[in-house]
Amino acid sequence: MDIQLQEVEYRYAAGTPFERLAIQDVSFAIPAGAFLAVVGHTGSGKSTIIQHLNALLQPTKGQVVIGDRVIAAGKKEKNLKSVRKKVGTVFQFPEHQLFEETVEKDICYGPVNFGVPEAEAKERARRLIGQVGLPEEVLQKSPFDLSGGQMRRVAIAGVLAMEPEVLVLDEPTAGLDPRGRKEIMEMFYTLHRERGLSTILVTHSMEDAALYADEMIIMHQGKVCKQGKPRELFSHPEELAAFGLSVPEVVRFQQSFEALSGITLEKTCLTIEELAEELARAKERGGAK
Amino acid sequence: MMEKMIFGRYLPLQSVVHRLDPRAKLLFIFGFVIVVFLANNALSYGLLAVFTLVFIYLSKINVRFLLAGLKPVIWLIAFTFLLHIFLTREGDLLFEAGFLKVYEGGVRQGAFISLRFLLLIFVTSLLTLTTSPISITDGLESLLKPFKKLKLPVHELALMMSISLRFIPTLMDETDKIMKAQMARGADFSSGPIKERVKAVIPLLIPLFVSAFKRAEELAVAMEARGYKGGEGRTKYRLLHWQGRDTAALIILVVLAALLWWTRS
Repeated sequence: MDIQLQEVEYRYAAGTPFERLAIQDVSFAIPAGAFLAVVGHTGSGKSTIIQHLNALLQPTKGQVVIGDRVIAAGKKEKNLKSVRKKVGTVFQFPEHQLFEETVEKDICYGPVNFGVPEAEAKERARRLIGQVGLPEEVLQKSPFDLSGGQMRRVAIAGVLAMEPEVLVLDEPTAGLDPRGRKEIMEMFYTLHRERGLSTILVTHSMEDAALYADEMIIMHQGKVCKQGKPRELFSHPEELAAFGLSVPEVVRFQQSFEALSGITLEKTCLTIEELAEELARAKERGGAK
Repeated sequence: MMEKMIFGRYLPLQSVVHRLDPRAKLLFIFGFVIVVFLANNALSYGLLAVFTLVFIYLSKINVRFLLAGLKPVIWLIAFTFLLHIFLTREGDLLFEAGFLKVYEGGVRQGAFISLRFLLLIFVTSLLTLTTSPISITDGLESLLKPFKKLKLPVHELALMMSISLRFIPTLMDETDKIMKAQMARGADFSSGPIKERVKAVIPLLIPLFVSAFKRAEELAVAMEARGYKGGEGRTKYRLLHWQGRDTAALIILVVLAALLWWTRS
């Protein structure tokens, strides 16, 4: 399912003394099956954008096209459930949304709301609990007896159980330990590839953006100021610095290596493996000379 | 949805009313609430209305914003107005239809009561709009001090109040976040039959309570870690200064009360 934002502007508390312009003139498209990373400094409007993707907020100007629905400014929208069914959103600290007596019931909450029969929802819960890396016994426990990391996984399973076509992730790994971060990101990436889910990842982690995204958007003070492939964007660190952002550690290492050795590698490397390969090739070339 | 609410909100502006000592404002508004009941005829109500308008003008708060904030109570006002119209049997009969009888006294009484409501709401919302929650707490603590002799735990009350005031916006934000998270999972808070809507609130209330408990625990631990042992022997960081204009505000209130006493019939 394609999503398009067309010159979207959003003002919080419009028409009161508390009015605040959060985003303006934001346009971009997310083709079906793409992995898009949205990065930017705190308060740059990333989370506001996310809430437009499933019509939790309606633009104050411009319009958002979600599949065959057009959410335009100033129009009263009815039956937004059909939009939200297709766009699953994992909010920041999703563990705060758990409320049921058992993990199983909580995972089923979303699907049942969207009209999935209970037996089918339970079946999905059983399947997903393994996928998010928890044992099946957890299903009968109270979500409030779990650890923070486990609660996060249950909450994510609750969103995945809706079987959305588009997955929106707002810093899904914030506050997790390094292993948990990696596991969860890998899980999202596998889902993205295997089921062809469109994925939108909002993150502070340049490493995650570099590792997983096909396309990257840089937000600054409510505007989109750069869009491109991670490799292109990360090869101009000085531009990123202007927006208060840095490059992944691998890129930083490559840069200091190039500055110190005088050897320029053929491409900007985004992973340690890539970098190792490039370095080996540079060594060979050096040896051949 | 909650963006339009003005109760309990603070608008940081620069005005005479903003600069008044919170104690003066609290006393003033407490006095005003009593004084409002002195008015009982057109002249005294007019006096009160003019006075309130001047007060609003001095506070530099946008009138349109104040009026927008009235929306939640407008029904209450309309309801009392209608009650008075239909139930007060005084003065000349104006209108009769079946068992409905509208008397001149009822209309007048209804109008006065609604006006009284309006004035009370305006003036009391001005208190929170022009005074930061922290100053209100400081003011209350200082005003309640005499009651310490009556074993009233003044410090504890003030502490609880300042913590609750501090967390109102935080909890509001959190409510909003959880609401949106559940809406993204297909919850529907704004349509359907009453029974369904009440049920829909559970996924909102439980996470909110759970996080409030957690927050309370974390806050208590953090306070203890920073050496908080209760009110005994604490010094104050923010000090209140009573100035000439504060005395003036109270004198104006007394003058108003005298005028009302004189004009009432």
